Amino acid sequence: MSLLTVRDLTVTFPTPRGPLDAVRSLDLDLEPGGALGIVGESGSGKSMTSLAIMGLQPRAAKRTGSVRLLDQELVGMSEAELRRVRGDRIAMVFQDPLSSLNPYYTVGLQIEEAYRAHRPGTTRRVARRVAIEALERVHIRDAARRVDHYPHQFSGGMRQRVMIAMALSTEPELLIADEPTTALDVTVQAQILDLLQEIRRETGTGLVLITHDLAVVSEVTDHIVVMKDGVCVERGAVEQIFTRPQHPYTRALLDAVPRIDDEIGELRAVANEKNGGPA
Amino acid sequence: MPRFLLTRVTSGLGVLLLVCLFTFVVFFALSPDPAVQICGKNCTPEVIDQIRGNLGLDQPFWTQFFHFVVGIFAGRTYGEGAGAVECAAPCLGYSFQSSQAVWDMIVQRLPVSATIAVGAAVLWLLAGLAGGLLSAVKEGTFLDRFTTGLTLTSMSIPNYVLALVLQYVLVVKLQWLPFPQAVAFADDPGQWFANFVMPWIVLAVGYAAAYTRLTRANVLDVLRENYVRTAYAKGLAQPLVWRRHALRPALTPVVTIFGMDFAGLLGGALITETVFGINGVGKMAADSIARNDQPVIMGVTLLAGFLVVVGNIVVDVVYTAIDPRVRVNA
Repeated sequence: MSLLTVRDLTVTFPTPRGPLDAVRSLDLDLEPGGALGIVGESGSGKSMTSLAIMGLQPRAAKRTGSVRLLDQELVGMSEAELRRVRGDRIAMVFQDPLSSLNPYYTVGLQIEEAYRAHRPGTTRRVARRVAIEALERVHIRDAARRVDHYPHQFSGGMRQRVMIAMALSTEPELLIADEPTTALDVTVQAQILDLLQEIRRETGTGLVLITHDLAVVSEVTDHIVVMKDGVCVERGAVEQIFTRPQHPYTRALLDAVPRIDDEIGELRAVANEKNGGPA
Repeated sequence: MPRFLLTRVTSGLGVLLLVCLFTFVVFFALSPDPAVQICGKNCTPEVIDQIRGNLGLDQPFWTQFFHFVVGIFAGRTYGEGAGAVECAAPCLGYSFQSSQAVWDMIVQRLPVSATIAVGAAVLWLLAGLAGGLLSAVKEGTFLDRFTTGLTLTSMSIPNYVLALVLQYVLVVKLQWLPFPQAVAFADDPGQWFANFVMPWIVLAVGYAAAYTRLTRANVLDVLRENYVRTAYAKGLAQPLVWRRHALRPALTPVVTIFGMDFAGLLGGALITETVFGINGVGKMAADSIARNDQPVIMGVTLLAGFLVVVGNIVVDVVYTAIDPRVRVNA
C-alpha cells in the first residue's frame, strides 16, 4: 500500500476576480520509506501542496480531492482528527528555522510539546528524555545541555537540526520538508541533506522534499514532480528527469543549475509563458 | 545583569541632570524675577536685594545651578547668620506662595496621585487586554468592528468632557455616587471609593482604548508568525497554540508601553485631578503654573522625569525576564 496517495488535489482561493487555484488537480504517490521531490519556482504551489496535505492551508482556501495516508483519507477529516495526524503521523520541517521556532521557549520545551501532544499522560521527565534523544539523533553535541537553550543560541544549521529533531520525536511515517536548506549556507545545506538521507535510511520515514533547487532534489529523492502555476508539468524518476526532460520548463530549470564544467555565460531566465518575461 | 543595570542607572542619572538643567534654564532664566514676586506689592529695592541674596539669585547661573543640584542630594542652606534656613536633603527649594518645602508638598500629594494611577491602570489593563484579545479572536466579526468603533470613540473624547459628563450624570442626575468629600480610606471606604472611581474611569478610558488597539494588532501579527504555523503543524490544539505561542510574544510590547504610561501617570494626572478637584501632584502642578510658583513647577517636572527614568529601567529589567533573547544579549 502506498504511504501517501494524493489524487486530484486542488486548493482554491477566493479572490475579487473569482476563484484562483493555487494547486490544481495534483496527483502524488509515495511508497513507504520512499522519497519524493516537488520542484518548482516561487509561487508554483509547492508549499501550498505541503500545507494542504496536512490540512494547514489558510482558512480562506478550499481543499478538494483526495489525500490518503496509508488507508486513511485526510480530506474531509474533522479538525480534531487532523490534529492527531499532524505532528504524529505527518511531521513538517519548514524553510526558515529561526522564525519557525518560538523565540520565547527553549528548544527542549518545543520538542517536548510536540511529543506530549500525541502521547497524553507523558510526564515532563520522560518528554525531556525524548527531547534529548531527538537532539542526539540529529547530531547536536552536548544535547543534555543544549536542550535548555533558546533558538537564538543556535546557528542556522543547528536550528534546522532542532526542527528536524522536533519533527522526528514522534516517529512520523511521513516527513515533509519544505525548502529545508534554502535559508542555509551551502556547506550547511549539504550537512542537512546528509542528515535527511541518514534518517530516511535508519527510520524508514517517507520523505516529501519541496525545493526550487534541482541539485538538492537529485541528491536526496528518487522521484520528482515538477510544478508550475499550481499544476504538475512533469513527473518521473530522477535520472529520467535529468537526462530526458520532456517539458520545456523542466529543461529551463535544469539549465538554471550551475555546473562545474559550465562555461560562464549570461544568466538565463526561466521562461514564463504567461507574460513572456522572466519569472 | 548588574553591569546592565549599572549602565541603565548611570544613563538615567545623566538624563535627569539634563532635565534639571533644562527646567532650571526655562524657569529661572526666562521667567519674571522671583524676588519681586516673593516680595509682593509694597516692596522696597532693599528688601528685594535681601531676598535675592538669601535665594542666591545674585550668583552667576552655573553657581545657582550647582547649588540646586547639590541641594537635591545633600541639602542646602538659604541665607546667612540668624535668618538662615536649613533645607534638608532632597531639597527642591520652597514654594514662593506658601513657603512650604517643595519636597514636603510632593510627598504629601504623591499617595493621592499614586492611588489614581494604580486604580486607573488596573481598569485600563483589564479592559484593554480583554478588549484586544476578544477583538483579535473575533477578527472581522461584528464584535470586532463594534470594539474598533468603541475604541475610536473613546480615544476622541477629551478627558475633561468625559469627566464633566460623568459627574453630571452619575452624581447630579442619577445620584449613584455621593458628592466627593476628602476622606481617608480607613475612615470611610465607601466614600473614598466613590471619590476615586470617576477619576479612575476617566483616565482609564483613553488608555484602555489605546491598549485594545495595541493588543489586537499584536495578537494578529503574532498569529501570522511562522512559529505559530509550526505549533499547528505539531498537532497542538488552537487554545494551546494561542495561550502558549501567541499570547506571550503579543503581550511583551504591551509591557513596555505600560511601564511608560504608568510612570508618567504617577507624576500626576494634571487635567483629571484638576477637573475633579483632587489634591494630587497634577493639580498642584496646574495651580503652581497658574501662580508662576517656579520652585514647585521645577519640583514636579523633576519628579515626572525621575519617574519616567525609573519606569524605563523597571521595564528593561522586566523585559529580560520575559524575553530570553534580551536576557542573554544584555
